[in-house]
Amino acid sequence: MEDNIIKIENVKFKYGKEDNKYAVDGVSLNIKKGQFTAIIGHNGSGKSTLAKLINSILLPTEGKIFVKGMDTSDDSKLWDIRQTAGMVFQNPDNQLVATIVEEDIAFGPENQGVEPSEIRKRVDAALNTVGMYEYRRRPPHLLSGGQKQRIAIAGILALNSDCIILDEPTAMLDPSGRVEVMETLKKLNKIGKTIVLITHYMDEAVQADRVVVMDKGNIRLDGTPKEVFSNLDAIKKFGLDVPQVTELAQVLIKEGVDLPSDIIYVKELVDLLCQ
Amino acid sequence: MSIIAENIKYVYSEGTPFVTVALDNVNMTVEKGDFLGIIGHTGSGKSTLIQLFNGLEMPAEGKIIVDGVSVGEDKKKLKNIRQTVGLVFQYPEYQLFEETVAKDVAFGPLNLNLSQDEINSRVKEALELVGFDYNKIKDLSPFDLSGGQKRRVAIAGVLAMKPDYLILDEPTAGLDPAGRNELFSQIKKLHGKGNFTVVLVSHSMEDIAKLVNKVIVLYKGKIHMKGTPKEIYSQSEELKRIGLGVPQIAEIVLELNKRGFNIKNDIINVEEATAEILKEIRRRKNV
Repeated sequence: MEDNIIKIENVKFKYGKEDNKYAVDGVSLNIKKGQFTAIIGHNGSGKSTLAKLINSILLPTEGKIFVKGMDTSDDSKLWDIRQTAGMVFQNPDNQLVATIVEEDIAFGPENQGVEPSEIRKRVDAALNTVGMYEYRRRPPHLLSGGQKQRIAIAGILALNSDCIILDEPTAMLDPSGRVEVMETLKKLNKIGKTIVLITHYMDEAVQADRVVVMDKGNIRLDGTPKEVFSNLDAIKKFGLDVPQVTELAQVLIKEGVDLPSDIIYVKELVDLLCQ
Repeated sequence: MSIIAENIKYVYSEGTPFVTVALDNVNMTVEKGDFLGIIGHTGSGKSTLIQLFNGLEMPAEGKIIVDGVSVGEDKKKLKNIRQTVGLVFQYPEYQLFEETVAKDVAFGPLNLNLSQDEINSRVKEALELVGFDYNKIKDLSPFDLSGGQKRRVAIAGVLAMKPDYLILDEPTAGLDPAGRNELFSQIKKLHGKGNFTVVLVSHSMEDIAKLVNKVIVLYKGKIHMKGTPKEIYSQSEELKRIGLGVPQIAEIVLELNKRGFNIKNDIINVEEATAEILKEIRRRKNV
């Protein structure tokens, strides 16, 4: 079994033929099966383009991408690739298609010609996983933003995707909606799904196993959340931020308080200060 | 000069099984010069409320009064009200449509019967207000810009109308931290210039804490809390109960206090927290 579910090999991409700027400029990245990766970077850094390349919505200008061993530029594999790596977008209203929640989730498997009895099973399982089973007969437009995103995620689960790529899924959500989505993602990761989360929220990125920082179409930092966010100057240079707790810890250190320089969680700082 | 909401009630889908009261008995005032934040869970009525402010929606009951004029009473005055109260929607970049940035920003003023010179100077001023170099940006296609740049062009389009009140609905959703800081520092600068009034609807508790001087909390269509950011964010349990949160820094203070620290519970920024925590650590050392 291939260990890396996503392999990106020296990929370059530009939108127009005459463009002299590459939106993605020589990225190599391997993502292991079951890993929870957060990709952060300023607007225009190439994050979303990279996500679309993985999902075969865009094809590399140069280089290759393999999803579970399948070349994304191989036309005949298109549907298998999209089934393996499903994508959730920022605006929940743009990706729900049916008038009833369970029909929306059934839409994907139906298009694949899955048996109706199997569809029923998958839809129920997906709804339970995202904690929306009791809403199965509701019209999606009457749900909250966080609930809609969970339905979108359930739609991907019903395709039995191994990997879920999310492009700023919480940008439009209120604080509790954001928590709902993050909890759902962590739960899915626990049952073995590979998660690639593109986000502008640093407090979400710190919850991943791995954080990849993009800038000008390339990867600038790559490591655990602690490794990446302790690099305060680099993070600021790339137009990003650190969580407030990290900022606070850094100021306290400057004031002479004895703390490690890689604090990124509230609990961590509170524990250390209360010793 | 102010925007006053009096006993506002707003109902969606009246006469259908999905009838929803979006706003109920809302009374509030936006004073000239305010920097007001509106927070609330999704569906709490925030966006509906601000659309009432410039007459895009009309209340089922109650009145909105802008600078003494009741909105909707005289249809002819609606145009003036919409110019006075500039509304920037969520994802305003989807409304860009012109060939060049300058043309897009000029679209509003063009409809005001202004001289070409006046329009040009307004476009230049508006683009500079949102932090652009006018000469570099004016001839670019809005569609070649990044998300954050498009957003600022769209806001410039509203500023070119010279509104007295600027209302922003989630202006930084989807922007990176640098874009967010940039946009907010421009808005803060604008607000600093005299009598300009800003109303900010946001899900980011950190942003609200940093920027505004008054907060209104909506919950299920009603005004649930009103106060300064400090007053509001010291009630973290209540905010969580209604689907909101507090800035991470307030969370830290809360946790420290649970574990025996004795710090003021209305801290909302890193500087204050640092000072308080240092004081407490020193006090403990001396004991």
